[in-house]
Amino acid sequence: MSETYLPHEVQYSSARHQAESAISGMWLFLATEVLFFGALFLTWIYSRHWNQAGFDAGAQHTNLAIGTVNTVILLASSFVYSAGVAFIEAGNTRRLVQCAAAAWLLGLAFLILKFGVEWRDDFAKHLFPGADFAIHGPLGGSARIFFEFYFLGTALHGLHMVGGLVLVGWIIWRARRAEFSPALHTPVIVVGLYWSFVDIVWIVLYPLLYLVGRGP
Amino acid sequence: MSATAIAVPAAEPSYLTDGLTLRSWLLTTDHKRIALLYLGTITIFFFVGGIAAALIRLNLVVPEGLIPSAETYNRLFTMHGVVMVWFFLIPAVPTTLGNFIVPLMLGARDLAFPRLNLASWYLFVIAGIVVLYALFVGGVDTGWTFYTPLSTAYSKGHVVAAIVGVFIAGFSSIATGLNFIVSIHRLRAPGMTWYRLPVFLWSLYATSVILVLATPVLAMTLLLLSFERIFHIGVFDPALGGDPLLFQHLFWFYSHPAVYIMILPGFGVVSEIIPAFSSKRLFGYKFVVWCSIAIAVISFLVWGHHMFVAGTSLYSALVFSILSYMVAVPSAIKVFNWIGTMHKGFIRFDAPMLYALGFIGLFTMGGLTGLFVAALAADVHLTQTYFIVAHFHYVMVGGMVSAYFAGLHYWWPKITGRMYPEMWGRAGALIIFIGFNFTFFPQFILGYLGMPRRYHSYPPEFEVLNVLSSAGATILAVGYLLPLAYLTWSLFYGERASANPWGATGLEWRTPSPPPTDNFDETPVVTEPPYNYPPPELVQRHV
Repeated sequence: MSETYLPHEVQYSSARHQAESAISGMWLFLATEVLFFGALFLTWIYSRHWNQAGFDAGAQHTNLAIGTVNTVILLASSFVYSAGVAFIEAGNTRRLVQCAAAAWLLGLAFLILKFGVEWRDDFAKHLFPGADFAIHGPLGGSARIFFEFYFLGTALHGLHMVGGLVLVGWIIWRARRAEFSPALHTPVIVVGLYWSFVDIVWIVLYPLLYLVGRGP
Repeated sequence: MSATAIAVPAAEPSYLTDGLTLRSWLLTTDHKRIALLYLGTITIFFFVGGIAAALIRLNLVVPEGLIPSAETYNRLFTMHGVVMVWFFLIPAVPTTLGNFIVPLMLGARDLAFPRLNLASWYLFVIAGIVVLYALFVGGVDTGWTFYTPLSTAYSKGHVVAAIVGVFIAGFSSIATGLNFIVSIHRLRAPGMTWYRLPVFLWSLYATSVILVLATPVLAMTLLLLSFERIFHIGVFDPALGGDPLLFQHLFWFYSHPAVYIMILPGFGVVSEIIPAFSSKRLFGYKFVVWCSIAIAVISFLVWGHHMFVAGTSLYSALVFSILSYMVAVPSAIKVFNWIGTMHKGFIRFDAPMLYALGFIGLFTMGGLTGLFVAALAADVHLTQTYFIVAHFHYVMVGGMVSAYFAGLHYWWPKITGRMYPEMWGRAGALIIFIGFNFTFFPQFILGYLGMPRRYHSYPPEFEVLNVLSSAGATILAVGYLLPLAYLTWSLFYGERASANPWGATGLEWRTPSPPPTDNFDETPVVTEPPYNYPPPELVQRHV
């Protein structure tokens, strides 16, 4: 009964109406993201088909250890955040704040490992496909294309991560001000959908970057 | 009894009087005000693109070209294409008429995400400024299609800046499409079932699906293109190990559906106007509805017909040819339905109806000539000639721009609370129809005779038809300037409009003109099918 008193915008008939619409809006936005990254993956697969040896040569220069650790970190981050959603549904704001903060820190750890350590290493090894690219010989041209995808793919994923950190930070800030309740916590769910999507992108990127080229 | 009592009463409070400061406009989240912000913006772009078109036609008056440099000519037609496609044709109907009318037709108080709606306008303005910067500091010479490797390796223009602008405009498109889809799903008034939705809403729904699903692919394609141009590593330039056809596949995967982003809202506008001015129900409502959806789906499967001569396999060309024929079927069904609606109706030839009739004629021409170029053998002869130019201008300018003007006149009383001058409206519709045919019909013949597009000079035997086309363009220019003049005039001196000046159905006519900020005093309840005009035998003809 208390639901009728929850605030909502004028175009909606109830807070629940507004919440469901916001969630469907995020799903639709994620559909556009699927098409966005889908075009990248399609181009990747097409290019690899014609440049397989060069792509494999390039992939062997990536840092499998950091990539794997990062995958674990990112999955853990999403898991913890989802636990936070379950907590707020049960009315536990304090646990939501803790979970979101842990998810935020794990996300930051991913970014530091990816860009502070791995990218720096890649640049030091001249793996950026610029003038002094490290891989020479007949496979050099194809390996350059592999590293175009490597840098573009990880940069775009990283930008989505940064956006995600801002959003998760916003959730922490609002949760600390006790703005969420079991009845009203739409932003927590919407941000959670986005945060999980960023994971899914990485789950596709990880094998393409680190695993496919390392086969026997 | 006093003199003041007889004086004309001030207009009712409306969304126009709710806040008069600049701030109240620039920070508004009212869909109606955002529609007007968009209307102003796209009008500017329409005339920027139009000036480029005028200079193109001026150049082609003489065979050797009046503009001394072919390079300048290339930059002009690129500017014309980029501005018209992304900053007029794609946003025109959805962001202006759509933004204004969608919530009203739904019986809603706003779109689902009003702040996102405002953000989309700001993105659009930023995108427009970036593109205009690129075009005015030196321009781009690749044509609006940015084909590789010309755009990545050889072009000397500001390709990256132009691409950044188009990229940002894409976010604006996605925001608008997303807002419409969620609003149509979630904000229908009580009783407004899916089959009671006016066709305008169905068309915008189909348009939005394309906007949301195709635009991200263009975004990624343009990113890859920019990367290739900046760092000289890439997947499109054969010299770098890439494949230029891959670019064309990705580009047209967006840009062919984009054609339907442009024309589907036009179908919607015309489907509102024809029943209203024939005082008849829309013939075959469900067919029109499902044809919109069918067009949106098939539009994603025809992109390959842009590459028949580019070196794709014969088998894929055959499939794309057949699919391209298929997309003509739902479009043709719609034309028959509009004509069926008019059959035995009481037709009034007010300006919106004249524009709508012009739309039907010109779109049919554009659509039928599309069948010529969907045929593989004919396309080999006609591709890259003025036949193509004429074909898509019949669809986009003859079709889409006419529909846009039809809708603008139809809803003008609702938007502004003023009537436009009817005589001038009819004159405008007629002049645009005549000027348009004058400009573009000769180009069919030029193309058939073999004049290639995108050249700044031509053999002397094509001179007569080119002069004819340029002469027609001056008539067309007058036709486009007229509405600008009389619609502006009507803002100040037009007769005040009643809530429903056309006697039309649709919830937007059940609220005052101009509507109050919250659209409806009471949430409307829908109890009847759309276009519920009384049967013709019951209608008394007005004298």
